[in-house]
Amino acid sequence: MAGTAVQRRLTWTVATVTGDVRETPSVRTLQLDVPGWAGHRAGQHLDVRLTAEDGYSAERSYSIATAGGEPVAITVERLDDGEVSPFLTDDLQVGEEIEIRGPVGGYFVWEKSSGGPLLLIAGGSGIVPLRAILRERARSGSDAPVRVLYSARTLPDVIYRTELDGYAADGVEINYTLTRHQPPGWTGFTRRVDAALLGEIAWPADGNPLAFVCGPTSFVETASQALVALGYTPGRVKTERFGGIGGA
Amino acid sequence: MEPLDGNAVAGELAEVFGTEMTTFTAICGSCGQTGPLAEVSVYPAQMGIVIRCQSCTALLAVITRIRDISCVDLMGLAALEPA
Amino acid sequence: MPPVFSRFKHRREVASDQADRLPPGQYLANGFPVLSAGPTPHTPLSEWTFSIEQGGKTLKSWTWDEFQALPAETVTQDIHCVTRWSKLDTEWRGVAVDTLLGAVEHDAGYAMAFCDGGYTTNVPVEDLTDGKAWVAFEYDGEPLDPEHGGPARLLVPHLYFWKSAKWVRGLRLMDEDEPGFWETYGYHIYGDPWQEQRYSGD
Repeated sequence: MAGTAVQRRLTWTVATVTGDVRETPSVRTLQLDVPGWAGHRAGQHLDVRLTAEDGYSAERSYSIATAGGEPVAITVERLDDGEVSPFLTDDLQVGEEIEIRGPVGGYFVWEKSSGGPLLLIAGGSGIVPLRAILRERARSGSDAPVRVLYSARTLPDVIYRTELDGYAADGVEINYTLTRHQPPGWTGFTRRVDAALLGEIAWPADGNPLAFVCGPTSFVETASQALVALGYTPGRVKTERFGGIGGA
Repeated sequence: MEPLDGNAVAGELAEVFGTEMTTFTAICGSCGQTGPLAEVSVYPAQMGIVIRCQSCTALLAVITRIRDISCVDLMGLAALEPA
Repeated sequence: MPPVFSRFKHRREVASDQADRLPPGQYLANGFPVLSAGPTPHTPLSEWTFSIEQGGKTLKSWTWDEFQALPAETVTQDIHCVTRWSKLDTEWRGVAVDTLLGAVEHDAGYAMAFCDGGYTTNVPVEDLTDGKAWVAFEYDGEPLDPEHGGPARLLVPHLYFWKSAKWVRGLRLMDEDEPGFWETYGYHIYGDPWQEQRYSGD
C-alpha cells in the first residue's frame, strides 16, 4: 500500500540538533533531525527530555514551528526561572542530541481541508503553533482567509516578525497588540486581549470561522470565552494552554 | 494554581494508551460536560496525571506511570470514546 | 542510552555539610515547588473545622478559633518530596498532632488524613505522635499560603512530603492501614525517604 507508514508506538527517541535560529534575545528555534520521523501536522508539538549526569531528568513540551512536510523544528522561549528552557536557548549546541517524543496532538491541528475563515490568537510564545499553521496554509496553497491577533509585551518580543509581516501580501491580516511598551509612532493595539478587542478583530460568527487560541491559561480562557460570547461555535474554538510545566 | 489542558499530556497519554487521545470525547460523570479530552483540566501534580472536569472540577481520571507500568483509573468519566 | 549532559544540572549545588542531610536520590529545590492535584480550596475560616473521626463518628472537632487556642510550636524541619526535591531548615508553626490525638480516647493504629478537595493520605498513628507531626498553619513566619496548603496542612517531615496533606480537615482513625490517594495509584504505603520508599514494593 503506497504511502502507508507503519504506526510505531510513540516513545522517546534521540534527535540531533542540526541548526538553530536566534529569533529574539530570549527565543531560539532548534532544527532537529529525528531518525524515522514520519512527518507531522501543523499545530502538533513534541516533548523534550533532558537527562543530567546524575540521572536527574526533566521533561517539557514545545510546539513544532514548521508545517507538515518541512523539517521539524521547535521554538523555545527562555523563562528566567525556568529549568529546561535556559539550557535549550543558551547552552545546547548544534550537533548535540536530545530525547524527544512526538509528534503529538490531533486536536490542535490544521490542514487545508480544515478550511476557514481562520482566526489565530496568540499570547506570547503561543504564536509558535500558529506560525506552523500559517506555513501549512502557504505550503498547501489554501486560500482560507486568515486574521491573526498576536499579543506580546514589546515589539522586540515578537517572534517571526518579518515572516508574519510578509504574510500580509497573501491576504493574511496580522494584528499585534503590544501590552507593555510600544515603539514611538506605534498605531497598533496596546491593550490586553479582551472581549472588546476581539469584537473588533474577530471574523463575524455567521461566517462559521475556525479559531485557534494559544498562550497562557488565563489568556486562553479570556479569549475563548469571548469568542463563544461573540457566537463562535464552541467546537470551532480550539485552545492550547501553555504554562510553567509546559514551557519552562 | 492554574491548570493546563489535555494537550499538555498528549505525549504521556499516547504512550499509555497506544494512540492519540486528545481528540477523544470525554463526558464528565458528575456534570455531563462533554468535549475533547484536549480541553479537560490537567493539574500539575508531577506524581501522576490528574484530570479534572474543566467545568465542575470533578476528578475524572488519574494516571501514574511507575517503572514503565501504567495505572489508569477513569473513575469520574461517564465515557471516553473516539471522536 | 539517552543523551546525557554534564551541563544540564539542578541549579542548587549541595554544600558538603548539607550532603548527608539529603536522602538518597534527592536534590536541593530552588524555591518551594507547588504540586497540586486540584484547584486551591478557599474554605472560609468561619466554616473551617478539624475533626478526629472513627467508625463513622466524630470523636472531637475544633473550630478555627478553638484550634488557634491550642498550644502551638515553631519547628524547623527538612522536607523531602518524592519528585526528588528537598528543602532544608524550613520553618513551620503548628499544633502537634500529639495535642490533637491526646484529646480523644482511641486505640487505632492508623489514620487517614482527609482534606478539602478530597485528597487523602494514610499514616500510622505512631508516625503522627511523639513529636513527629503537626497541623501547621504558618510557614516561614507567615500564615500558610493557600497554594501551599493554607489555612492548615498536615506536616509529617520524616516521610515523603505527599504525606503532609494540604488543606487538611481531619484524621479518620482506622484499625488497619488503607491506601490514600497516591498510595492507591502505586506510591509506597509508608514512604520513608531514607529507605527511598517511593513506590509500592520499594
